[in-house]
Amino acid sequence: MDPLLEGLRLVAAPDVLIAIFASAVYGLVVGSLPGLSATMATALLVPVTFWLSPIAAIATIITASAMAIFSGDIPGALLRIPGTPASAAYTDEAYAFTRKGQPELALGAGLWFSAIGGIVGTLSLMLLAPALAEVALSFSTYEYFWLALLGLMCATLVARSSPIKAIASMLLGLLIACIGMENPAGTPRFTFGIPDLLGGIEPIPALVGVFAVSEVMRAMASVEPPKMPFRRFGSILANQWKLTKQYQWPMWRGNFVGIVIGVLPGAGADMAAWVSYAMSKKFSKTPEKFGTGHAEGLVEAGASNNASLASGWVPSLLFGIPGDTITAIAIGVLYMKGLNPGPTLFTERAGSMYALYIIFILANIIMIPLGIVMIRVASRVLRAPRAAVMPIILLLCAVGSFATGNNLFSVLLVGLFGCLGYVMEKNGYPIAAMVLGIVMGNMVEQSFITSLIKSDGDVLPFFERPVSAFLAALTLGALFWPVAAWAWKRLAPRRAPAAVG
Amino acid sequence: MNATRRRTLLGASGALLAAPALGQPRWPARPIQMICPWAAGGGTDAVLRIIATLLEKDLGQPINVVNRTGGSGVVGHAAIASANPDGYTMGIITSEICMLHWQGLTEVTFRNFTPLGLMNNDPAGIQVASNGPHQDVRALAEAVKASRPGQFKASGTGQGGIWHLSLAGWLMAIGVPATHVRWVPSNGAAPAMQDLVAGGLDFTTNSVVEARAMLDANRARSLAVMATERLGAFPNIPTLKEAMGIDYSNGAWRGIAGPPNLPAAVRTAMNAALDRVFKSSEYVAFMNSRGFGLTYADAEGFGRHLAASDAALGDAMKAAGLARS
Repeated sequence: MDPLLEGLRLVAAPDVLIAIFASAVYGLVVGSLPGLSATMATALLVPVTFWLSPIAAIATIITASAMAIFSGDIPGALLRIPGTPASAAYTDEAYAFTRKGQPELALGAGLWFSAIGGIVGTLSLMLLAPALAEVALSFSTYEYFWLALLGLMCATLVARSSPIKAIASMLLGLLIACIGMENPAGTPRFTFGIPDLLGGIEPIPALVGVFAVSEVMRAMASVEPPKMPFRRFGSILANQWKLTKQYQWPMWRGNFVGIVIGVLPGAGADMAAWVSYAMSKKFSKTPEKFGTGHAEGLVEAGASNNASLASGWVPSLLFGIPGDTITAIAIGVLYMKGLNPGPTLFTERAGSMYALYIIFILANIIMIPLGIVMIRVASRVLRAPRAAVMPIILLLCAVGSFATGNNLFSVLLVGLFGCLGYVMEKNGYPIAAMVLGIVMGNMVEQSFITSLIKSDGDVLPFFERPVSAFLAALTLGALFWPVAAWAWKRLAPRRAPAAVG
Repeated sequence: MNATRRRTLLGASGALLAAPALGQPRWPARPIQMICPWAAGGGTDAVLRIIATLLEKDLGQPINVVNRTGGSGVVGHAAIASANPDGYTMGIITSEICMLHWQGLTEVTFRNFTPLGLMNNDPAGIQVASNGPHQDVRALAEAVKASRPGQFKASGTGQGGIWHLSLAGWLMAIGVPATHVRWVPSNGAAPAMQDLVAGGLDFTTNSVVEARAMLDANRARSLAVMATERLGAFPNIPTLKEAMGIDYSNGAWRGIAGPPNLPAAVRTAMNAALDRVFKSSEYVAFMNSRGFGLTYADAEGFGRHLAASDAALGDAMKAAGLARS
C-alpha cells in the first residue's frame, strides 16, 4: 500500500486523534505555567504512553512538546518569565510589546511563526532526512567548539547595553557553568562540599530567577503604573499576514538556520533562537529598534526555534542520537513501542514514518486555533491587580522549580538568582547574556577539552577539517570585525590631520 | 481512571479502619513512596515507573514515584538511605552508589541500604566503527597492546563514569595498565557513539543497548559483551570469555532498596512481590522492548551483587587513578 495513505489511515484512528487533541491542551496548559518547562511536560507524559498504541504514544509526545514550547512564550511576553532557555533570547522584546499595550501582536507573532517554522522544519525532515543526517554525522567535537563559540558571541549582539557589560554578564554565566562535576575532568568545582551543587546549576532555575523573581522585586520597589484603559484584544492573526510579507526574508533565514542547527545533536532550539535573533539584529535595516517592541527579531527567532524542533528529530530517528532532552525522552518511547530508530524505520516502516510526519503537521496546524484561545484566556492576567498577580508568580516560580527535582535547593537557587538578576539589571548588565553563558558554558568547555584530548594537545585539527575551517573563519571574522572597525574609526581622524600637517 | 482511584481510596480507608482492630496492621496499609535519584523521562525513571505500576497491582496500594534529582545521583540515593524505615519510603538504586563514595563525593555506600531486589543489568560492550580496521576483539586487544600509551582513544560517558571503569577493567584483564588507552569524556553514550562514527574515536565501551541504533544502522559493530553469557536481544555478540578467554564482566545495574533496618515483614513481602513483578509478562515485555537486560537477584543475591560490584568498581577506579585515596 502507498505509505502516505497508510500513514493517513494510522493517524485517522480515533484513539490517535483523541491523543493529539488531549495532549495539545495538556501541553499548552503546562507550558504556559511559569517555571514548568516543555521537557517537564513531556517527561510527565511517559507513564501515560505505557497504555497507548504506538502511534498514539508518539503523537502525545510530539504534540505536547510543540505546544509547550509555543505556550512557554506566553508568560514570557505577558510577565517576562521565559518558559524555556530558547525563549530567553527574545523575552525582553516580547515584553516590550506588552508594555506598549500590544501583547496580542507579540503573542500572535510567536504563534504564527512558530507554526510556520514547525511546518517548514517538518517538510525538511520529510524531504532531506538522510542528507541532514550526514551533516550531523560530519560534526565532531572540533566543529562543536566553533559553533558554541559563535553562540556565545551572540551575547554582545543581542544585548542593548554596552558590549563590555554584555561580555561581563556572559563571563559570569560561564563561571556559573563551571560549578559542579559535570565537566570533562569529572572533578567537583566550586561545590563547597554541598552535595546539591555536584550536579551543577540547571538553566531553568537560573532563568526563572533572573527573569521572573527579579521582575517581581522590581514591581515591589516601584509605584504601580496607571491602569491601562480596558480594551478588547484586537485580532491576533490579522497583523501576522502583514508581518509575514514584510519580514519574509528574515523568516526564511530563521527557518533555514533553525533546521541546520536543530539537526546537530546538543545544539538544538536554544542556540537556534539566539543565533537567529542575533542575525536578525545584525542584518536588520533598523537594529536600533530591537528591544523596544520590534517584530523583526521575534519573526526570525520564533520561526527558527520551532524549525529546529522538527529537524532535531532527524538524528534521533536515524541513529538514536537525541537532539535535546525532549527527543531523548521520545527515543525511549519509540523503543518501548517497537518503532526502533534506524534507517529501517524509513524503509520498512514507511507507513509509521509518514504517520509521524502527518502528526507533526497536524500539531502545528491545531496549534493556531488552540493557541488563540490560550492567548485570550492568559491575557486576562494583565487586567488583574498587580498586588494579586505578583505573589502568585512568586509561588509558581517556587512550585515549578521544586517540581523538576523535588528538591528544595532549586527553590533557594531561584531566589538567589532573583536577587542577582535584580542587582544586575539595576546596573545595566543584560541578564540574557548571563543565561546564554550558563546554557553554552558546558558545551564550550566539553568540546574544547575533548578535542584537545583526542588530538594529544594539537590545535591544528581545529582548523584543518573542512567544516571546522569554515566555522573558524566565521567565528574569528565575527570576533575581529568590530575590533578592526573600531580601531579604524579611532585611528582615522588622527591620521587625517597628520596627513595634512 | 476515576473508578480505579475511587476503588483504591475505598481500599485505603478500609485498611485504615481495619488496622486498629487487628493491632498489627498488615503492610502495606497506605500508599508507598518510591524515590528515583535520576530525572523523569530517563532510563532509570522508566524502569522504576513500570515496576511501580506492577507493584501497585500486586500490593493493592498506590505507589508514588518521586524524582529526587541533583548532585549526580547523590541527593536521591541519600534520600533513600536516610528515609524513615517504616516500609513506606523506598527507591531505586543504581551502579553509581558503588562509585561515588570512592571519589569522596558522598558518605553513603551500599551498606546504608536494605537491598530488596536486583531488577536489571546492562552489560558493557566493545564497539568499533563498522569501517574500522579491527574485525574482532582479539585483534583490537593486540593492537591496543602494541600501541604506545595514550595512542588509542575510547569513550562512552564522562570521566570516572561506569563505562570508563569498564574500559579500565578490560585493559587490566588483558594485561596492560588501566590508563593505557586515553579516555575521552563525553556527555553520555549517544554523543560517544556519534563521535565513533564521525571518526574521532577508536572504540567505545558503553553498554550494547546504548549502541543499538548505530548497530542497526550498520554504522558500528559490537565486538564483545562484558558479561558471563550472551544477551538475549543480541545473540550474535560473543562474550569476552568466548572471544578471548577473559573472565571479566561489568555493567550498569538497577535495583530496588530501602533504608537500613526495614521491618522483616516488609522485606519478605517486598521480596516476594518483586519476584512476581520480575516474572510478569508485562515487565518482561517492557524490558525487552527497551532493550534493557533482564537480570534478577533476590534480596540476598542483590546484597552479594552490591558487595562484589563495590569491590570491583573500587579496584578499577584505583587503577585508573580516579579514586580519592
